[in-house]
Amino acid sequence: MLEAEGISVSFGGVHAIQDLSFKVEKGEIFSIMGPNGAGKTTVFNLISRFYDVDEGRIAFEGEDITKVSPHAIARKGIARTFQNVELFEHETVLKNLLIAQHIHKKTSVLTEFLFTPKVRKQEIAFRRKAEDVIDLLHLQNYRETTVDSLPFGIRKIVEIGRALCMDPKLLLLDEPSSGLNPEESEDLSFWIEDINEDLGITIVMVEHDMNLIGQVSNRVLAMADGKELTTGNPEEVRVHPDVVDAYLGT
Amino acid sequence: MDTVLQLLLKGISQGCVYGLIALGFVLIYKATEMINFAQGELMMIGALIAVTFTQYLQWNYFVAVVLTVLATGFIGLLLERSLLRRMIGEPPFAVLMVTIGLGFVLRAVAGMIWGHDPQELRTPYSDVVINMGDIVLGVSNLVVIGGTIALCIALFLFFRFTRIGIAMQASSQNQLAAFYVGIPVKRIVALTWALSAGIAAIAGILFAPLTAITPNIGFSGIKAFAAAIVGGFGSLPGAIIGGLSIGIIEQFMQYHFGKGLGDTSAYILLLLMLLIRPSGLIASMQKKKV
Amino acid sequence: MRFVLKTNYGRDIDIFKHRAHAAWYIVLIGLLIIAPLFLDVFYETQLTELFIWAIAGAGLMLLVGYTGLVSLGHVAFMALGAYIHAILYSRGWPLVLSIPASAIMTGGIGVLIGVASLRMTGIYLAIATLAFAMIVEKVLAHWPALTGGHSGFRVDDPTLFGLSLDSSTAYYYTCLTVLLFVFLAVINLLRSPTGRSFIAVRDSEISAQALGVNLLRTKTLAFALSAALTGLAGALYAHRIGFLFPDAFTIMTSIMLLMLVVVGGLGSLHGVVFGAFFITIVPQIIAIVRDWLPTELVQRGGLEPLTFGAVLILFLVFEPLGFYGRWVKVRLFFSQFPLYRKKTFLRQKSYLKTERVH
Repeated sequence: MLEAEGISVSFGGVHAIQDLSFKVEKGEIFSIMGPNGAGKTTVFNLISRFYDVDEGRIAFEGEDITKVSPHAIARKGIARTFQNVELFEHETVLKNLLIAQHIHKKTSVLTEFLFTPKVRKQEIAFRRKAEDVIDLLHLQNYRETTVDSLPFGIRKIVEIGRALCMDPKLLLLDEPSSGLNPEESEDLSFWIEDINEDLGITIVMVEHDMNLIGQVSNRVLAMADGKELTTGNPEEVRVHPDVVDAYLGT
Repeated sequence: MDTVLQLLLKGISQGCVYGLIALGFVLIYKATEMINFAQGELMMIGALIAVTFTQYLQWNYFVAVVLTVLATGFIGLLLERSLLRRMIGEPPFAVLMVTIGLGFVLRAVAGMIWGHDPQELRTPYSDVVINMGDIVLGVSNLVVIGGTIALCIALFLFFRFTRIGIAMQASSQNQLAAFYVGIPVKRIVALTWALSAGIAAIAGILFAPLTAITPNIGFSGIKAFAAAIVGGFGSLPGAIIGGLSIGIIEQFMQYHFGKGLGDTSAYILLLLMLLIRPSGLIASMQKKKV
Repeated sequence: MRFVLKTNYGRDIDIFKHRAHAAWYIVLIGLLIIAPLFLDVFYETQLTELFIWAIAGAGLMLLVGYTGLVSLGHVAFMALGAYIHAILYSRGWPLVLSIPASAIMTGGIGVLIGVASLRMTGIYLAIATLAFAMIVEKVLAHWPALTGGHSGFRVDDPTLFGLSLDSSTAYYYTCLTVLLFVFLAVINLLRSPTGRSFIAVRDSEISAQALGVNLLRTKTLAFALSAALTGLAGALYAHRIGFLFPDAFTIMTSIMLLMLVVVGGLGSLHGVVFGAFFITIVPQIIAIVRDWLPTELVQRGGLEPLTFGAVLILFLVFEPLGFYGRWVKVRLFFSQFPLYRKKTFLRQKSYLKTERVH
C-alpha cells in the first residue's frame, strides 16, 4: 500500500535519512521505532510532503507521491497526527472534527454565501460523521470544549479523531502514546486495534513504548541514524543485536 | 560625475540615518523577537529633546548630545517597564499593534509639547561646508557618516567583549535557557530597549541638522524598516548596509524621476524584497518543526 | 444559565440558537429600520457611517480575525473601492453595476496580494501590505488625469433607478441594506466549510495542510473577499463624503480599521459591530471633551490620534479579546453568579525560543 524505495534526505549536510526502504501492506499496523534523532518523524514529514526527498521515491497505492503538493496528500487518503499535537486551539472539539472533513466538501463559496439547502445537507452529513467519531473515541463530554482548555491526553485522542474524520485509507500516528499515562495508553492500544480492524484503516506509527508496539503492531521497522537496522515482528526486533546496541550504546 | 558624487554622498548620509534606526529595530527584534514600530518616533523624540536642550535651554552642544541620548534611553526603559514587559509571550501581531499605537501616542504627544512648526537643530558644524572643486560637502553629512561608523564599531565591541553584550545575545536566542544559566532576562530586555532608544536618539541628533524637525519625521521609521528587511533582519551590519542602499536608491530615483517616485522607491523596494527574496529574510528562520 | 437542548443537527447549524436569541436580533433590526423616524439628520449620518465602517470591518475581520493574516494596508482597498466606483459612476455606469464592479475589481487586486501573502509570514505580510498602501496612496495622488490628484475628485450624487438616494435617510437605508446582506453572507460563510478552512489556516497551517486545505487557495480567497468587502465599504463611503482626495485615505484609516477589529474583539462578528460603534463615537466624545481643555492644547491638535493610539494599547495589554471578550466575561459573571472565577480567563504565557538559526 505504502512503499518507500531508497529514500534519502539531508538538511545542511546532516543525513537525516539514508537509503531507507520499507513496504507497508494493506490492513496492517506497521511501527517505526528507534532512539531519539533516528529520523522517525522525518519519515512522516516526507510522506506528508512537508519535506522533499533528495533521492528515492515514495509510492502510495502504486502511485508516486514524491512530487504531489502537501495539501493533495490528504485527498489521496493519508491522514496523520503530530508528535506535539497540532490542533486548532481556539476552536471546540466539534469544530476541529468538522474542519477535518474539508476534503469531502462539495459546495462552492457562492452557494455557501447563500447557505443553500445543499450546503445545509452537507453540514448535517459532516456533523453525523463527527458524532460517529465522538462516539467511537468517547469524546462526548468534550464536544463543546475549546481545545486549549483540554488536558494533553484528551488532545491526543481528539487529534486521532480529527484524522479519522477524513475517512483515510492510511493513518500515520506520530508517537501516539507520548504524554499519556499508563491507563490512557492502555485505552489507546484498544482504539488503535479498533480503528485498524473495524474501520479497515492501515496504520503506520512512530512509537517509543515497546509495550504498545508489542501489543498492536504486526511488523516493526527499527532505525537509527537515519538507517534501517532491521524489520520484522515485534519479538524478533526487540532482541535483535543491532537494536539492543542502538538503544544501549556500545 | 559631480552630480553623481553629490547624490551619492547625500544618499549615504541619509542612508546612515535609516541604518541607525534600522539598528534599533534589529536590536529589539533579536533580543525579544518584537518589532518596535515606534522606533522612528523615538528618533523624532530624540531630535526634539536635542533641540530643547540646545535651543531653548542654550546648553553646550556636546553636553546636550550626551544628555539627549541618556534621556531617550530612559524613555525606552520606561516604555519597556510600563508597557512592553506585559506583552512578553503575547502573539507578535499584538506586540506590533502595541508599538504602532505607541507611535501614534508619541507623535501626538510630541505635537502637543513642541507643536507642528518645523524646528532646526543648530550644531557647531551646521554651516560649515568643504569645497572640493565643484563638489560641496556639508560637514553635517560627513558627521552623520563618521558617527555611524563610530557607533557601529562601538556596538561590535560591546556585543563581542562585554558581559552584558554577550548576555543580550544569549537571551535573544533562548530566553528560558538564558534564565536558567542565571542571566537576568527581564533586566537584559529592559537594557536592550534603553540601548535601542539611545541609538534612535543618536540617529535623531545626526539626522536633525540635515532637515527640518517636525513630529512627522518619525515616518522615516517605515523606510528604516525597509532597510532592516533589505539587510536581512537580524544582522546588525545588514541593517546599515540596507539603510545605505535605501538612502542611495532614494536619492537617485528622486533625481531622475521626481519626488513622487523618490518617496515611494523605498516602499517599492521593500515590497520587491519581500516578494522576490523572502528567503533573504527567512534564511535566518527555520521552518516550524512538527 | 441557559442550556440549549439540541435535538437535531439542524439546531447546531442554525444562526440563532434559541427563540429569545432570534427575538433580540429582530428587535434590534426593527429599531434600526424605524430609527430615521425619530432621529435627526446628524445621528442618521453617524449611523450611516457606522454601517460603512462595519462593512469594512467585516472584511478585515475575515482576514485578521478568522484567517490570521494581518493587513496594515486595508485603507488601500477602501480607497481603491471608492475611486473605482466614483470613476465608473462618473462615466455613466448605473449605481447597481458600478458598486459591485468596484468591489469585484478591488477583490481582484486582493487576489494579487493574497498570492504574495503565501510567501510571507506574520509580520512581514503586515509590513508588505503597509508598503502596498503607501504606494497606492502615492499613485492616487500622482495620477491626476484619472483621480484628480491632490485637487480631488467630485462624486456624483447617488441615484438608483431614477430614484435619488442623496437624502440622508435614503442613504441610511441603502447602507443598512448592504450591511445586513454582507453580514448574512459572512455568517453563512463562517458556518460552512470554507469559513472553517480559514480558521484552520489561522490556528495551524501545518495541520490545515495535512487535512487537505490548499494554503494558496484559502489565503487568496480570504484576501479577495476581505478586499472586496472593504472596497464595497469604500464605494459607499465615496458618496458619504462626496469628494475624494488622497488625504482622506491615509495610514491612519488603516490603523482605525485594525483598531475596529481589535477593540471590538478578534474572531467575532459581534466585535465588528462593537468596534464600528466605538470608532464612530470616539470622535464625538473628543469633540465634547475638547471644550473643557485649554485652547492652547486643543489648537495643536493630535487629540484624536492620541486617543486612538492609547485605547489601542490599553485594549491589547489588558483585554486582547476586545469588547466582545469583555461582554462574554460579564455575561458569564451574571450567569454563574456567585460562582464566577476570574481564573477562568487566565492567559497562558509563553517564553521566547526563537526559530532563528543565528
